[in-house]
Amino acid sequence: MEGLIEIRWHGRGGQGAKTASLLLADAAFNTGKYIQGFPEYGPERMGAPITAYNRISDKPITIHSNIYEPDYVVVVDDTLLQAVDVTAGLKETGAIVINTTKSPEVLKEELKGYNGDIYTIDARKISIEALGRYFPNTPMLAAIVKVAGVMSDEDLLEDMKGSFKHKFAKKPEVIEGNMKALELALKEVKKI
Amino acid sequence: MSIRERLSGNEAVATAMKQINPDVVAAFPITPSTEIPQYFSTFVANGAVDTEFVAVESEHSAMSACIGAQAAGSRAMTATSANGLSLMWEMIYIASSLRLPMVMNLVNRAVSGPLNIHNDHSDAMGVRDAGWIMLFSENNQEAYDNNLMAHRIAEHKDVMLPVMICQDGFITSHSIENIELEEDEIVKEFVGEYHPEHYLLNKKEPIAIGPLDLQSYLFEHKAQQGEAMKNAKKVIAEVAEDFEKMTGRKYSFFEEYKLDDAEIAIVCMNSTAGTTKFVVDELRAKGVKAGLLKIRMFRPFPTEEIAKALSHLKAVAVLDKSDSLNGAGGALFEDVVSSMYVAGNNVPMVNYIYGIGGRDTKSDDIESVYNDLSQIAQTGKVDNPYRYLGLRKGDAK
Repeated sequence: MEGLIEIRWHGRGGQGAKTASLLLADAAFNTGKYIQGFPEYGPERMGAPITAYNRISDKPITIHSNIYEPDYVVVVDDTLLQAVDVTAGLKETGAIVINTTKSPEVLKEELKGYNGDIYTIDARKISIEALGRYFPNTPMLAAIVKVAGVMSDEDLLEDMKGSFKHKFAKKPEVIEGNMKALELALKEVKKI
Repeated sequence: MSIRERLSGNEAVATAMKQINPDVVAAFPITPSTEIPQYFSTFVANGAVDTEFVAVESEHSAMSACIGAQAAGSRAMTATSANGLSLMWEMIYIASSLRLPMVMNLVNRAVSGPLNIHNDHSDAMGVRDAGWIMLFSENNQEAYDNNLMAHRIAEHKDVMLPVMICQDGFITSHSIENIELEEDEIVKEFVGEYHPEHYLLNKKEPIAIGPLDLQSYLFEHKAQQGEAMKNAKKVIAEVAEDFEKMTGRKYSFFEEYKLDDAEIAIVCMNSTAGTTKFVVDELRAKGVKAGLLKIRMFRPFPTEEIAKALSHLKAVAVLDKSDSLNGAGGALFEDVVSSMYVAGNNVPMVNYIYGIGGRDTKSDDIESVYNDLSQIAQTGKVDNPYRYLGLRKGDAK
């Protein structure tokens, strides 16, 4: 379908991949798009591999299956590279965004011949610097928005300020740190 | 003006319930419908509604409390899934036979066992003969809209039957999607106030509800239920017409998607219809005359209308998301086949059991059905009418 972007998230239970997919849906919705954001529900254990999905489109979306040929893949935890076939069905015209400090050579080896674009970001470093704790989902959200060109940096920051106010209504002290995490991530996501 | 929003299917239902502001909601949590009473209870706590929320100790009690509330003369709602509905079983029949026009949201999930929390339609198919009006919803929008229409259908004096609104567990109940909401005041006016004709708390008219009903009367009472179900068709159409005037969104007994000039078609319900539309569009672009008939009103079953809508086709596939385990096809297939036979329409038909226990239904799966239909349309022959879709080969024996 023309004008449709499909994104698949790989994370581990507790890292916020589901929340990030819902925030991405929110942000894209606010730019006037049609959106879907849904996790694949399984046994919800801390640390277990989880998958979440986004569809973003200019036209109404009727398809209601999981995503098998994504335009983009986000990997929130690089230990999944050995455990899950993260590039399965991934279009080579698209890209994969990985939270990692591994070298380009190691990543290319681990992605077993994937020929599309590979982007990396050290979400741990950003999260520790901005929030003092490890929450990779906020930096990864900014990274995929940038890579997939969902919206401009300014629009994302403006929009997320509103979302965080709502999401963190009971702990407003973390809003500033999350905003900083977004800003850093927008700068630091790099193509290898 | 409609309000542009994004909500999950469960949020959409809870929002509709907030706007309806029923007198009583009694519910017990069960995946994947838990969020409906969860969100609704926050509306109660925040004072957004003045509903009496009854946190019961089981689904049997939830349905019983709704029966009591509705019989007393108030408007009651509940929500459940799968085994929750199983535990309501005896009260489900009592609600409909006492002609209590309550509204229940059923977020479809596989009935155990073995234990599975994911989507299929085995819960809904289990109560298809229980005397409830059953409306199915492709997405969050339709679940919301069906809720806004449900009370007016249920409470109409020619109907007086409970309404069950189905949507697919997780697939739509937990997916955030765009939705158009109506303003509170407009919904309130559309739904209207409930003024029951006969009710227990009317001190001017002491009545008994649900006493002994033996050989001399039960048959007549059942026939009246059947008559009410027939009357419901007219009312469902009228309410949909008013709803369209208010929102611009059109609802019929079923949706015909590119069916007029189609040669082959799929009949299905709920979220799979959306995936099928996607495939129909792709096939149409390749010149394949594919169509879809998506059933919204499953009870009463629009038998004559369906037979007419499918009469011109060369081959039809009916998709059942529940296996009747009778060696002779699923419940929807039986209903569609019998509609066609009674109307004297001889179109080759084939049944697929699919999506059991949350098995994902891909666009490729749907496309394979249309490929099968193209072959059937060419030869006019159906080798095996009872098939599976998406079953792993070799594992079924």
